[in-house]
Order: sequence, then structure tokens, then C-alpha cells
Amino acid sequence: MSETGRTLVVADKRLVAAGVAAIELRDPDGARLPDWTPGSHIDLVLPDGVVRQYSLCGDRRDAHVYRIAVLREVAGRGGSAQVHDRLVVSDRVGLGGPRNAFRLAPAARYLFVAGGIGITPILPMIDAAERLGAQWQLLYGGRSRASMAFLDDLSRYGDRVVVHPVDEAGLLPLDAHLGEPAPDRKVHVCGPGPLLDAVHARCAGWPAGSLRTERFVAAEVDATNDRAFDVELASSGRTVPVGPGIPVVDALRAAGVSVLTSCRRGLCGTCEVDVLDGVPDHRDSLLDDEERRSGRSMFVCVSRSRTPRLVLDL
Amino acid sequence: MTSTTTDATASIPPPAPEPGGDVPVLDVDPFSPEVLLDPLPMQHELRETGPLAYLSRYGVYAMGRYADVHAALTNWQGFISSAGVGVSDFRREPPWRPPSLLLEADPPHHDAPRAVLTSILSARALRRLRDRWLEDAREVVAAALARGGDLDGVADLAEVFPLRVFPDAVGLGPDGREHLIPYGSFAFNAFGPRNDLLTSAERDIGPTIAWIGEQCRRENLAPGGFGAQIWAASDRGDITPEQAPLVVRSLLTAGVDTTVNGLAACLHAFATHPDQYARLRAEPALARVAFDEAVRWESPVQTFFRTAEVDIDVSGFRVPADRKILMFLGSANRDPRRWQASDAFDLGRDPSGHVGFGMGLHQCAGQHVARLEAEALFTALAERVERVELVGEPTRKPNNTLRTWQQLPIRLVPTG
Ligand SMILES: Cc1cc2nc3c(=O)[nH]c(=O)nc-3n(C[C@H](O)[C@H](O)[C@H](O)COP(=O)(O)OP(=O)(O)OC[C@H]3O[C@@H](n4cnc5c(N)ncnc54)[C@H](O)[C@@H]3O)c2cc1C
Ligand code: HEM
Repeated sequence: MSETGRTLVVADKRLVAAGVAAIELRDPDGARLPDWTPGSHIDLVLPDGVVRQYSLCGDRRDAHVYRIAVLREVAGRGGSAQVHDRLVVSDRVGLGGPRNAFRLAPAARYLFVAGGIGITPILPMIDAAERLGAQWQLLYGGRSRASMAFLDDLSRYGDRVVVHPVDEAGLLPLDAHLGEPAPDRKVHVCGPGPLLDAVHARCAGWPAGSLRTERFVAAEVDATNDRAFDVELASSGRTVPVGPGIPVVDALRAAGVSVLTSCRRGLCGTCEVDVLDGVPDHRDSLLDDEERRSGRSMFVCVSRSRTPRLVLDL
Repeated sequence: MTSTTTDATASIPPPAPEPGGDVPVLDVDPFSPEVLLDPLPMQHELRETGPLAYLSRYGVYAMGRYADVHAALTNWQGFISSAGVGVSDFRREPPWRPPSLLLEADPPHHDAPRAVLTSILSARALRRLRDRWLEDAREVVAAALARGGDLDGVADLAEVFPLRVFPDAVGLGPDGREHLIPYGSFAFNAFGPRNDLLTSAERDIGPTIAWIGEQCRRENLAPGGFGAQIWAASDRGDITPEQAPLVVRSLLTAGVDTTVNGLAACLHAFATHPDQYARLRAEPALARVAFDEAVRWESPVQTFFRTAEVDIDVSGFRVPADRKILMFLGSANRDPRRWQASDAFDLGRDPSGHVGFGMGLHQCAGQHVARLEAEALFTALAERVERVELVGEPTRKPNNTLRTWQQLPIRLVPTG
């Protein structure tokens, strides 16, 4: 399975702030991991099949490791608790994506606003802004300094980072920092719902694209793990069984049906196939949320099925 | 390392006269007319020499084995594109035009333009063109058949069809489209050294460059086309208004000549492998596989360079930082270490994973456009044409980067 880079191994795990665990993931064979851009997240498939999204917050220039940081969510269904309490070094996890719904839009000047664990996608954006030679400022809020991850990493940027813990300084001074929109300036915000609501209210009427946000909303569906399912070919009615861990494209090929692929990592889009019935379990980097929900097509190099049977337009 | 230059680029050393370590030296000239006309023997020599060689004529490194070319293409961190993907190093010599925001850019600069183009040219987004392009292809094939006799597979099919559908899809106006192919040929020659191919093409290229620049402006791009969609992305702030024309330009540079030669390669393969064409006739759904197999077999884009960001190991040999590396995509696609019967054009094989469209971060942004054009044309061909026969000696048109046919004298034998 590692051939397609879909299984990762936990290489390191440490607490980086109160309630926040940073995890390093690698390919079991040391292969490169799929490329990603700042703002990207992965689907982390936990050993019991639960799937949660986590933003990549490490260095994209190191192709061999992904870093994520997970906040323990006390009111949740247990995904983050499982990461904190049960996941240990050398455990295997499944990978979906990376996907990016929170891209860094080009600009000469940036304001980044992070609330709590919302710092994760912002870290690689800051690195990119530095490399692009753009001006930037980060406004970073959290309950207390102890709960705010990566303060050490950020300290080297000096006064470009405004650290604003609630217990010391109250809520973020959004009004002062958001200022007025300008064509060469972009605002990127990630954090809890109330923060995002406040920012949207304050920036109502700004020109399209000048404000970019991401919400860490809870995923609606829990995923399948690598169980077996059947693929039915619409043109012939034939059924091709897909065993656990076998890529759909390989099962098809073994049955004499060739679907062209190229990257085999869900990145290039060559092997897209229309889905006529059944619900695909998307693992690619290409479809956006709406396209995933519609379930009308899938990339058979990495994606699988949530239902026992998938009917493909083949 | 010391340097004798005193200008602003002084920190970058000039090419080393000799390679470091035990890298084998080859005296071949991959850009000579003889090699460009028949690159296979040179590519064989390069592959058998080792994973890495030093081309003494140009002071560059070269790789021709699949595993190494694939690794170099995917390793954007080590093998950078922003110093140019031709022989010239942009940090020492000014490029002939403002660098491409895609092909000649590294992350993070590459990120936003690439995301915009990837979504506009995704297979899903192109689906709306599929039926129309198939109709167009049927008309092109019908017109070719209506002429009755022999024809030139390049001019009458491989050029006519892309020139009919692609400029419309971009949203270009009706006038001046004859500039597209010369512009592409020129740009692909310009990745090579300043040989006769380049200098002779340079003389007349001024008006063509000016025309291309004009077409990239918003007011010259019809609503709904790829060009207008690129400008719409700048309205959303996904790219800047300064970037938009250069992103459009990348379509006009990379979108025509490449596809023409991919289609011509496939036609030539059909004409010289009647058994394979018969398979397509029997199973028209093989059109996509046939085209990708032709892209593997012929590699219309033969080569691209990278520049070593740091000292890099290539299968045990060292490329020193700042050196240019020539990656032979064409050779990788014929490497017997990767492909069984690598020289055979075979619709039964799975060509997946070939590097004819590149691989990794810079993998062809227009590959789904090329595939859709090919699928349309060869589906239409298989509907009406029993056999494609070669009726004369085909001729090549040498180019520093592209493997091209100048003329392909063929006859289309209609179905019963
Ligand atoms: C794009 C993206 C990126 C993310 N990046 C990160 C990251 O970098 N770090 C990080 O720690 N987390 C991140 N998350 C959140 C993460 O995916 C998990 O939601 C989080 O770890 C909590 O998981 P859980 O199972 O413990 O709790 P969940 O069960 O997922 O609960 C989370 C919250 O949602 C509420 N909730 C539970 N079920 C529902 C439901 N059906 N409908 C509505 N609300 C519900 C809960 O009460 C709780 O407040 C990201 C989410 C997304 C979508
Ligand atoms: C058979 C046809 C084609 C072939 C063989 C081909 C080949 C390639 C190759 C090998 C690359 C990678 C360059 C590198 O790694 O440095 C590439 C990149 C690119 N191609 Fe194509 N191409 C074809 C058709 C097209 C078409 C139709 C378009 C436009 C619609 C297009 C647009 C591009 C662009 C914009 C890039 C740069 C991508 C980037 O750097 O991110 N190509 N192509």
C-alpha cells in the first residue's frame, strides 16, 4: 500500500502547548510524500477508521515529512482524543489529499489572523510570504500563552507577530488591525467560529478575494478503512472485486480494463472516472468539497468506496 | 569557489570546465542536426554510459534513465526551474522574454498561477468541450476523406484540428492565428543553445512575439474561454492582474506545437503499425491509451533542463550546485529498465507513468487538453478510416526541444 503513498507512519509525537500535540508523519519506506501548498490539509485516517482533517504546518521543502498539530477537543466525538491518548510513534495511519481550500492569494502585503489551533495553516503561509518578499503581520490570539502552539518558532519574526492571549490582553483587537481593504493587500484568517464571524462582519463589503478564511468544521461523515468492495462496469454490467488495500485501478487492470494513470497519487487528474451509483471515498487532492459531496466522479488511483458497490462509467 | 566576474551575478560561478568526481564525460552534441533528426542512438549511448554524464560541449550534466529522470522531475526542491529550463542560466544571461510564471518558476511563486491553471484546465472543466470537439474532429476527418487522395498528415490533420479547436477554447480572435505555431517552435528552440536553428528563427520572430503579447490582454479574449477565465481569476484575487497576461501566454506557448506533434506522432505510429491501428478500430475506447503511448514512444517534448539548487546525488554521482542538468524525457520513455520492449509502439501496454508530460510539480498543466483533442480526433478517425497508409517518405523538422514531423504523406483508406 505504501507504493502509492497512502499509508504513513507516525515518526514523532510531542506536546507543543497545553492540549496541542504535534505529530510527524513519514512514508514507511522513506519515499517522498505528495507535494503541497500553504493552507493545505490532509485527511488523517486513524487506526480505527475514523477520519479527521488536519492542516499541514511543517516545511514543504522537506518532502519526506508532514507535520500536523492537533488540539484536544473535549466536546468532540473522540477523533482528537484518540490522537492524543492512543496514537504512538510507529503507528500507521491512512492519508487522503493533501487538499487546499485555503490558498495563499498573491499580494504585496498580508495580514494573518490566527485564533488558537488556527495557527496551523498560517505557519506555512508566513514562510511563503517571507520567500515572496511580501510584507506581513500576524495577529495571534489564544486562551493563554501556555495554550498557544509555536510561539517559540514565531519569536524570530520579532514585532511582525502580535501575540494576544485572552487572559492577558482580552479579545483580539480586530478593528485596529483589519483596517481598510487595498488592492495589494490580503487578509487570511483561521480560527474558531466566533472569531471568523467577527472578521466577516467587520469586513462585509470588502472586494472579492481580499479576505480568505478557513473554518475547522467537523467533518460530516466518518470514513471507511481499506475494506473490500465491488466495482460494477456500466457498459458491460461486469463486476470487479476490489480487495482491501488494492488500488481500484490495479483491480481494474487485473480484470483487463485499463484506465490511464500518471502520477498515481491523486494529484494529476488523469484517471478520473464518472461514478454512476454508490458513494466514493475520496482520497485525492483535486476535488473541492462540493465536488466531493456530489460524488459524481472519482480518481481510481487512490480513492475507494464507502458503499459495498460502486458503478463506474467504464 | 572563486569567481572572476565582477557584476551582480558574481556569486554564481561560471560552468566548471570539468565535472567533479568520476562522472563520465560524453562529447556528443544533442542539439546537432544529426542527433535532432535521430536522437535514439545518442540516447541509448547516454543511458548505457551511466545514470549521469557530463556533456563537455555545453558544460552541463545529463541523465537519460527513467528512474533518474523521474526522480529529478519530482524533486523540485533540489532541481529548480527558476534559473530557466533551457541551457541558458537566467541568473547569468537575461531570458529572451519575461520568464514564464509556471514553467520557469519555483514555489512559492509557482503556487498561485499553477492552482488557477490546474482548475481551468482540469478534466472536469473540459468536459463541456468534449461533444463539440468530437463534432469538429468528425468534420476534419470528413474533409480529409472528401479530398479523396493522399494528404499530409501534419498539415491536413495534426495541425488543422488543434488550430481549429484550441484557439477558440482560449478565446482568441480570428486574425493572426498563423503566428501560433511559429511562436511555439521558436520558444522550444530557445531552450537550446544559440545554434542555427535558433538564430535563423530569431530573424522574423519580432511581429509574432508582438502578436502573442497583444492576445494576452483581457480585451482580446472572448468571454467564457480559458483566457477570460484566467482574467476572472485575477478579479477574484487568486492571481494578480499583472500575472494574468503571462498565464495566458503560457497557453499560447505550450499549447499548440506540442499537441500538433503529439497528434502527428500518433498518426505516424498508426501508419507504420497497421496492427495497432486495427486494435483501435476494434476498440475505439483505446484512443486515449493510443495517444499516451504515442507520447511515450515519440516524446514530442524531448528534453528540459533543471539547475541544481545544492550539490545533489544522482544514483551515486554528484551534480554540483548551480550546474545545469539536461533531462532526456524521450530517453526515459524508451528506457528498457522501465519499459518492456521499450521501442515498440503497443496499444496493449499500460503507458501510465511515462514522463512525456513531465512529472511532479511542473507536470504539463495542459495534458487534459491534449488528451481530449487526441481522443476526439482518433475516435473520429477510427469511425471512418479503415487504414492509415504511408505513401511517401515522412520528413522531420528539427527543433532544439521538440520531436516534430514536417510532412507525413499518408492515405486514409475509408471504411467499407
Ligand atoms: C480543513 C480543516 C483543517 C483542520 N485543521 C486542524 C488542525 O490543524 N488542527 C486541529 O486540531 N484540528 C483541525 N481541524 C479540526 C479536526 O479535523 C477535528 O474536527 C478536530 O480534531 C476535532 O475532532 P474530534 O473528533 O475530537 O471532534 P469532532 O467530533 O470533530 O468535534 C469538533 C467540534 O464539532 C462539534 N461537532 C461534533 N459533531 C458535529 C456535527 N455532526 N456537526 C456539527 N458539529 C459537530 C463538536 O461539539 C466539537 O465542538 C481541521 C478541520 C478542517 C475541516
Ligand atoms: C502532447 C502535447 C503536450 C506535451 C507532450 C507537453 C509536454 C509538457 C512537459 C514535458 C511539461 C513539463 C515541463 C517541465 O517539467 O519543466 C509541460 C508543462 C506545461 N505544459 Fe504541456 N505539453 C503538451 C500540451 C500542452 C497543452 C495543450 C497546454 C496548454 C493548454 C500545455 C501547457 C503547459 C504548461 C502551462 C506547462 C507548465 C506547467 C508548470 O510548469 O507548472 N501543454 N508540458
